Amino acid sequence: MARVWKFGADIDTDQIVPGRYAPYMRPDADVGEAAFIEARPEFAKTAQPGDVIVALENFGCGSSREYAVEALRRRKVGAIFALSFARIFYRNALNLGIPLFQAPEIVEALQDGDEITLDIPNGRLIRGEQVFQLPELPKFARDILSAGGIIPYVRKYGRFPGEA
Amino acid sequence: MGQTLSEQILSHAAGRTVRSGDFVVIEPDVVMSHDSLTPGIIKILRQELGIEKVKYPERLVFSMDHVAPASTVGTADAQNLVRRFAQEHNIRLFEVGRGICHQVLVEEKIAMPGKVVIGSDSHSTSYGAVGAFGTGMGSTDVALAWATGKTWLRVPETLRVTVKGRFRIGVDAKDLALKLCREITIDGANYMTVEYHGLDWLPLSNRQTLASMAVEMGAKAGIVPPTGVIADDFPAPSWLSIDPEAVYARTVVVNLNDLEPQVSVPHAVDNVADVSDVAGTKVSVIFIGTCTNGRYEDLRIAADILRGKRVASGVRLIITPASSRELNRAAIDGTLSVLLEAGATLTTPGCGMCMGRHQGTLGEEDVCLSTANRNFKGRMGSPKARIYLASPAVAAATALKGVIADPREL
Repeated sequence: MARVWKFGADIDTDQIVPGRYAPYMRPDADVGEAAFIEARPEFAKTAQPGDVIVALENFGCGSSREYAVEALRRRKVGAIFALSFARIFYRNALNLGIPLFQAPEIVEALQDGDEITLDIPNGRLIRGEQVFQLPELPKFARDILSAGGIIPYVRKYGRFPGEA
Repeated sequence: MGQTLSEQILSHAAGRTVRSGDFVVIEPDVVMSHDSLTPGIIKILRQELGIEKVKYPERLVFSMDHVAPASTVGTADAQNLVRRFAQEHNIRLFEVGRGICHQVLVEEKIAMPGKVVIGSDSHSTSYGAVGAFGTGMGSTDVALAWATGKTWLRVPETLRVTVKGRFRIGVDAKDLALKLCREITIDGANYMTVEYHGLDWLPLSNRQTLASMAVEMGAKAGIVPPTGVIADDFPAPSWLSIDPEAVYARTVVVNLNDLEPQVSVPHAVDNVADVSDVAGTKVSVIFIGTCTNGRYEDLRIAADILRGKRVASGVRLIITPASSRELNRAAIDGTLSVLLEAGATLTTPGCGMCMGRHQGTLGEEDVCLSTANRNFKGRMGSPKARIYLASPAVAAATALKGVIADPREL
């Protein structure tokens, strides 16, 4: 079982990893330990691999810092569900292979602390007796995620998504 | 069907006519990265892509601005790694003290009308000040651009801003930028380009203020057409022009004749008030600087307000010029002396305290009024610190009074 960590709207990348915790500033530290270190310290302390993030509008706005996504990847976040995502964050998350869904029904239904099972291969999220269908991702996003991120994608196919 | 400026630029880059919503793979003209992320990009290139060679080293630019000069052994070592890499690969590098990447690339005319500039920094929208398509990307995308010379993009829809009238005294481009954040909100331009029209008269420094803040509405790019007063210095290619038939996703009209000084209130950029609503709020630090408002013109506005006066007691005024050239301009005509005599302190040109890493990091009790572009919780230091964003004129008036003040009432 995985835990739901629910957030509000406009969670900026300074909340995910403050610039003061960048790998540049702390080269010997694991940036994964800095995930939500100030905005949600209990996440930083106790989030487990497979846990999911659920948020309202505009998740990941602000800085282009990929280490915010890298921190979530190191924590092995299972997926991110939001009403909407900020552009650069969405792209960075796909690039690093983190599944993310614009999923209003799931966002509305799930509450902080819910225990769920995420079944991405079968497109389902299960909470108790309830089964939610995961929305279908755009093709380029599916392709990047199934390769495991943009670098494995480019290494595998020798081109970018959509490139002839 | 007509084309927006983004459609024109990305069509030219793709070698075919493209529309908003299309996916393109293009070769960016310029790939910028700074000291904060270049060390990590080098690591991705070597360790994840397993290559050492950069496809077009002449298109890369490195800038040392985020922690400049280095503040720790770690940042010093990381910077030295970047210097070695630049030397080995013959890549242009702007050293510590030269200034903020977004300012330097415009000064050096590396960013030019019609160019595609990608940067490892969300404020890469700034290059739209000279009619370039500038956009920020993460380290992995930048590493791939180094390796392949290419990147992929979805051609954005465009939100058109039509500006009418002229600024009244005490009001400037920062107030317009904040007013737009207030109207359009923090994600109202997500995935879009913002095009700013009706501004042929607007000087370059003001265009840079606007374009840098496009990303604060979620925008992918923010482009001021390279027409009017900057056209001689930044000539546009023949294929780039305002197309009256262009299709916009949305149009927002702003009339400057009734624009008041605007202040962004903690902890969101689009949480904007008229200065009169927050006047009297006590502050401990005033910061004048950044890619948004650290140019000579900004320093000059502050100096004109502070001339012959002193910063209020109990308040620090920290000034970080956007570049060595801007600093020198302020030195030559005495602007700098006016500021120093008023009690300001000066730091090395660069990003300064904007992201809370050095040169003025905020403590728990601090209340900062800043000319920067972000007031997120913890952005400049302690998450308990409070950050207000405003124009250089409001900043100078506030420095004088020790409380947020309206420059028109001095």
